[in-house]
Amino acid sequence: MNNQDIASIRGIIRGNRRWDLIFAVAGFLALTVGVLAFVTLFGQMVINGWERLNPDFFTSFPSRRAANAGILSAWVGSLLVMLVTALSAVPLGVAAGVYLEEYAPKNLVTDIIEINVTNLAGVPSIVYGLLALGVFVYMFGFGQSVLTAGLTLGLLILPVIIVATREALRAIPVHVREGAYGCGATQWQVVSDHLVPYATPGIMTGVIIGLSRAIGETAPIITIGALTFIAFLPASPISSTAPFINFDWLWSGFTVMPIQMFNWTSRPEEAFQQNAAAAGLILVLMTLLMNALAIWLRYRLRKSIAW
Amino acid sequence: MSSMHTTTVSERLSRKLSRNVRERAIELVLFLAASVSVLTTIGIIWILIFESYHFFEHVPVWDFLTDTMWTPLFSTPRYGILPLLLGTVTTSLVALAVAVPLGTVIAIYISEFASPRVREIVKPFLELLGGVPTIVYGYFALTVVSPVLQYFFPSLPGFSMLAAGLVMGIAIVPYISSLSEDAMRAVPMSLREGAYAMGSTRFQTAVRVVLPAAISGVLSAYILGISRAVGETMIVAVAAGMQPNFTMDPTQPAQTISAYIVQVAMGDLPHGSIGYQSIFAAGLSLMLLTLFFNIMGHLIRRRYREAY
Repeated sequence: MNNQDIASIRGIIRGNRRWDLIFAVAGFLALTVGVLAFVTLFGQMVINGWERLNPDFFTSFPSRRAANAGILSAWVGSLLVMLVTALSAVPLGVAAGVYLEEYAPKNLVTDIIEINVTNLAGVPSIVYGLLALGVFVYMFGFGQSVLTAGLTLGLLILPVIIVATREALRAIPVHVREGAYGCGATQWQVVSDHLVPYATPGIMTGVIIGLSRAIGETAPIITIGALTFIAFLPASPISSTAPFINFDWLWSGFTVMPIQMFNWTSRPEEAFQQNAAAAGLILVLMTLLMNALAIWLRYRLRKSIAW
Repeated sequence: MSSMHTTTVSERLSRKLSRNVRERAIELVLFLAASVSVLTTIGIIWILIFESYHFFEHVPVWDFLTDTMWTPLFSTPRYGILPLLLGTVTTSLVALAVAVPLGTVIAIYISEFASPRVREIVKPFLELLGGVPTIVYGYFALTVVSPVLQYFFPSLPGFSMLAAGLVMGIAIVPYISSLSEDAMRAVPMSLREGAYAMGSTRFQTAVRVVLPAAISGVLSAYILGISRAVGETMIVAVAAGMQPNFTMDPTQPAQTISAYIVQVAMGDLPHGSIGYQSIFAAGLSLMLLTLFFNIMGHLIRRRYREAY
């Protein structure tokens, strides 16, 4: 090989290396765009909404005067709706996940359920709102209540919980099952005494991610016709007289954080935009906190388990 | 065996024993829980078709598909889905123009270029970005992106499909990048090692070996991104304006199918009225659109799947 060939080969290598560098820069820039978008989004809400974040903001009802308006009915509503969502979606999702992973025979019915779960995850959330409007609100007569909203969001996050449960169960080695069967356990004993406890951190991760998605969902709740101006709280779930628990709140009208924010966002006055920023900040902090918790749980899970 | 044993093993495992009856009852309960998801699908399909059927008793299907005006609240209402459809398609295209390049580059970067440490930081961050509620993105589009765009293009209206689409793109990036990255990471190391052994650079390996090998996963990530964009509601409801507009010009305000549903639901239309039924017809169109993309995704996965 003469020097000229070597020089030209080196030239080619240099050229190719340059593309490496260009792409590394491009990747870094793309990431920067994402980071920048997030920082601007967060920063703008902090700057705009910071002065509205005082205790009164959390303990006041919405008001026609922006300075007096607060998110009391919104955060209480969100809390109650999340309660219904969790109580409906977690048992259903975990049971469905256990069935599909541990019990389901290989047949057509199982295939249909599996394909269905996958497809449901791709259905736009607003379509769930239409389902709830037609079925829960009018057919079942639940009205535009906390119950309807909670069940709607429960159905919405069901696929997330099912998939998380299945993945958590699949990660448990088969010798755990074999050991338990070898000692004479029934299938349900294996599931309830061994598999579900081991899978709990993984399931919890899915539940938290599902709930953090539900708490920010706006479209399906608007579609069922939730009111945007609520100056009362649903009846308290706990009362001081017997029987101490009542369920009137399930049927109550309500508003939730994202709807309150939407309502303020769609008003032209600057003062209401500030309220929207403050409400948005709290909403983002709540979802970020939940997501961070889920990420941490998963991280710990990966570190700590040695079968 | 002595004759004192009156129960045989097979009797002790008999299906009639209470322990086994209970087992079967539990299995049934679990099966019922699993079938809730099927019931949900049936419910969605049934309610959309049922209410749309009543809607199409008043509005001919042909008019619905070809009329270029959507004015359901006027005194002479016209129900042509095309303006809403164009709004949905235009905002989605703008979003994809942002999300596909960004998402792909980020995925390649994380999977093939970044050090494990950078990856450990970036992946959770992207997940957080994907967890931000869409109403917050809508607020961002309206109060930050629109004014910034207006600063550069003074003729741009306060509500535009461009602003909504751009932000929607940012909102979709995490979905595309994380799914594409999963697909690329699933490509076996031996392919990369082969490429490096032949003298490829990182970039050549990533683009000519890893990306083609992962193409089915990457394409289905794009498809998921498309169906997210098509169904996205709050960003367009807040930032794209609320007037149906028969145009594909992204600098114009317009309404999407999902935003129309929100607009009607915020008003107080009586149950059973034609306005009420129209949101189900709109929902049915949306559902068919996403179904089309989901089936496409399924076919693409099957067509291009590489097995190792």
